[in-house]
This record gives sequence, structure tokens and C-alpha cells, in this order.
Amino acid sequence: MDKVIEIKNLSFNYPDGHQGLKNVDFIVCPGENVAVIGPNGAGKSTLLLHLNGILRGNSSVKICGLVMDDKNLKEIRKRVGLVFQDPEDQLFSLSVFDDVAFGPINMGYSELEVRQRVTRALEWVGMGGYGKRSPHHLSFGEKKRIAIATVMSLDPEVLVIDEPTSNLDPRGKWSLIELLKQLPMTKIIATHDLELVRALCHRTMVMDEGKVVADGGTEAILGDAHLLKEHGLAPPNI
Amino acid sequence: MKHSFIDEYSDLDSFIHRLDPRTKLITSLALIAAVVLTPASNWRIFVFYFCVVAVLLMISKLPPLYVLKRSVVIFPFVFLIAVFIPFFKEGEIAGSYNIWLWEISVTYSGLLILANVMVKAWLCILALILLSSTTKIADLLKGLRQLGIPLVMILILSFMYRYIFVLADEVMRMQQARDSRNFGGKRLHQLKTIGSMVGTLFIRSYERGERIYAAMLSRGFDGQIRTLQNLSFGPADAYFSAIFCLMLIFPCVIWW
Repeated sequence: MDKVIEIKNLSFNYPDGHQGLKNVDFIVCPGENVAVIGPNGAGKSTLLLHLNGILRGNSSVKICGLVMDDKNLKEIRKRVGLVFQDPEDQLFSLSVFDDVAFGPINMGYSELEVRQRVTRALEWVGMGGYGKRSPHHLSFGEKKRIAIATVMSLDPEVLVIDEPTSNLDPRGKWSLIELLKQLPMTKIIATHDLELVRALCHRTMVMDEGKVVADGGTEAILGDAHLLKEHGLAPPNI
Repeated sequence: MKHSFIDEYSDLDSFIHRLDPRTKLITSLALIAAVVLTPASNWRIFVFYFCVVAVLLMISKLPPLYVLKRSVVIFPFVFLIAVFIPFFKEGEIAGSYNIWLWEISVTYSGLLILANVMVKAWLCILALILLSSTTKIADLLKGLRQLGIPLVMILILSFMYRYIFVLADEVMRMQQARDSRNFGGKRLHQLKTIGSMVGTLFIRSYERGERIYAAMLSRGFDGQIRTLQNLSFGPADAYFSAIFCLMLIFPCVIWW
């Protein structure tokens, strides 16, 4: 059990016949920070949705050594924390506390433990004391942080985040990057933001049209201007 | 975008705010029932009930002007429904008018009922404003849940309150985008545009619903909603309920 995520030859078709993923291989070891980059519609989000069984393709997906099937689903969802792009979707309760507590309560933890987990998760993302607030009173950056707290409260082994910095202003973006740096678990981040990739991830995977077109060290991939240009990603100008 | 919310002043702190939502729900319902059941002729009882509500409003520290503004919203609706009563109720004629072929007469008892309907509606809406402005919607729903309202209803209300402002923002953005492109032209064309906006809004909401469901599944949702119960019915609630019920019964005993 030395691989956190083991996906072999995964393909997925959407109900309308559109092919989302084609023969994707994806292996992640513990402690890695992997960026998944690619143009719009490349299949990044589709791949992320396979990591905790929201979507299931035709192939063997193994998470933390557990095969993705109905029996292991709950355990896998406990270990993989998936943060959606739009925090309005992630935060559906009337108070921040209820939202952060939603996962732990579903996992059947005791009331005391749920409260401890919520407090800890909120402190992790720098939002201690926000429990009583309602999500629609928060700023966008605050919503993003709370959205991360909602999965941190489950103590996931893998944190999977879709576009963490989209719509954030530079200050909000960098403080979120600092926050993500401090979280110890394995991270998989789908993004267009190459500054984020450079700051946070050692490994980068490029996807286009449902296929993996490159996978390797971040420096090598971000240094390859031709590759980035070909797949609709401008090289970062740092 | 900032909206004014139903529970705008619910984060103030006062004795009323600190009461258990269940206490407030039940006492509000009791007050409404008492107001509705009191006969129209017993105006002293209404004055007394008004004083009770006014005192509670004062204790709750809500801005009086805000309460007044909110409460008058109810009048057009009630007036539309009740305005014909004086014309149909039989009794002593207060005045009659000839309009073309018809003779229309207004009766005293009818006018009394009209006035009374307005007063009753106003008292009820004051009670509801007091309830909804001193209780957070989340707590109110928790209270309703513990009083035995089915969970499905609570969930629908909760999602509705959470997302109605998100949707309102979406509509506003769509309108701005439409107006930026010089919305106008023939009536038929306008209708078409509005129709497709409604359709788009529906599809977007539907897709949002699917994303929310996926976000719930990701955190281990399995069809059962579980919540922590952190409501507490304390001695203050017991005293308040007891005194409030006495206040409701007291005027009936002396003036009925």
C-alpha cells in the first residue's frame, strides 16, 4: 500500500456520448503535490470526480489500496477530500458550523468529536470563530477557505481541489497558496493557474481532450514553452 | 451582492433573542390563535395584546421604524381581500350610494369587521416579525424540526433560504447582460428573450443542484440527514412561556 491513488487505463463517457476521459493512467504516491493542468474541457474535473467515486469509469481505480466499489465507497470518501470549484455548491447549509460538521456527522462520529473536528478544521484554514456565520454573508475568499475546511474536518489523506484560486484577487490567491502549503496531506490540484503550480506542486500532469499528454517535474513541464502553448496554456512570466 | 435578509436583526442580543426557538415558535402561534379567536367587538383585548407585543418588541431592541415598515407590507394584501366585506354584510346602513343602476350600501357591522380584520392581521404580522427578526433561520428550522415538522420540509426550506439569494444574483447578472445589449424591440421579441432567460435560469439551477448533490456525496451523504441538536430549553424559557400564556388568558377572563 505505497500508492495513494492508482488509476489504470481509465476511460469515461458522459451520458450524451461525449468522451470525457481516454485511457488515463494516474499514480500518486503519499506526500506528493500534483498539479493537473490543461485547457477548459480537457477532462481535469472529470478525472477529479473519479477520485472519490462520484463518477465511475470502466477501469480499476484504487484509492489507498481500496478498490472503488460500493462497499469501500464510504471509506474512500473519508480519505479523499474533494473541494469543488464553486464554494456556493460546496457550502449548502445555513451556518458555517453545519457545513463543516456535515462530513463528520455523516461518518457517525460522536457529538464531542464532531465539535472538536469542526473547531480544528476552521482553525486550520484560519477561520476560527466563524462557526455561527452564515455562508451567504461571507466574502468569496472566506467561502473558499470554509469550503476547504468542510473536507479538512474529515482528516483526509488526499486533498483534491478543483481550481482553488479561480476568481480570487492576487492577495486572496497568495494567502490561499500559503494555507495550502501548510496542509500536510497529499494534494491533487486542478488549475489553470501556473503561478500556483510553481509555488505548490513538484509534479505536474498536462491533460488535453481527455488524455494525459505529459507528466513530470513541474520545472521541466513549465519550462517547455512549446508543450504549454500547444495545449492552450501560456508559460508563466515570472 | 448584498441582500437584506429575512432574519436581518437576528444577531442582536437580547432576552428575546436568547430564548429557545421552540419557545418563540409556540408562543407566537399561541398569540396568533388568541388574536384570531377573539370576537371583533372586544376591542379592549386587542389593545391589551398590542401592548404585550409592543413590550416584547421593546425588550428585543429591534428598531421600531424597521418593524413598522415591515408590518405595513401586509396591509395591501389584507385590504384587497377584506375590502368588500362592508358592502355585503347585512346590518345598520352607514351610507348608501347610487352608482349608475346599482345601489350600494355600506353597513356599520361590515365596517367593524373590515377594521377588525386589519387589526388582527397587523397584530399577527407583528408577532411574526418579532419571531423572525429575533431568531436565526437556521435555529428556527431546528426548532420546527424538533417540534415534529417532517425533515423533507425543513430541508426544502433550508435549501431555499440558502440559495434564493444566489439565484437572485444570477437573475440580476442576466438582466444586466441583457440590458447592456440594448434590450428593446417588439413586444414579441421581448417575451422571447424573457422566456429564454427563465429557461436558462432553470437549467442553471438544475445543474447547480446536481453539483451540490455531488458535494454532499463527497462528504459521505447517504440519504440520511443528521444534525447535532444544540437547542436548550432553559428555566428562562419556562418562565417566559408561563407568563406569556397568563398574559394571553388574563384579558379574556376580565373582559369577555
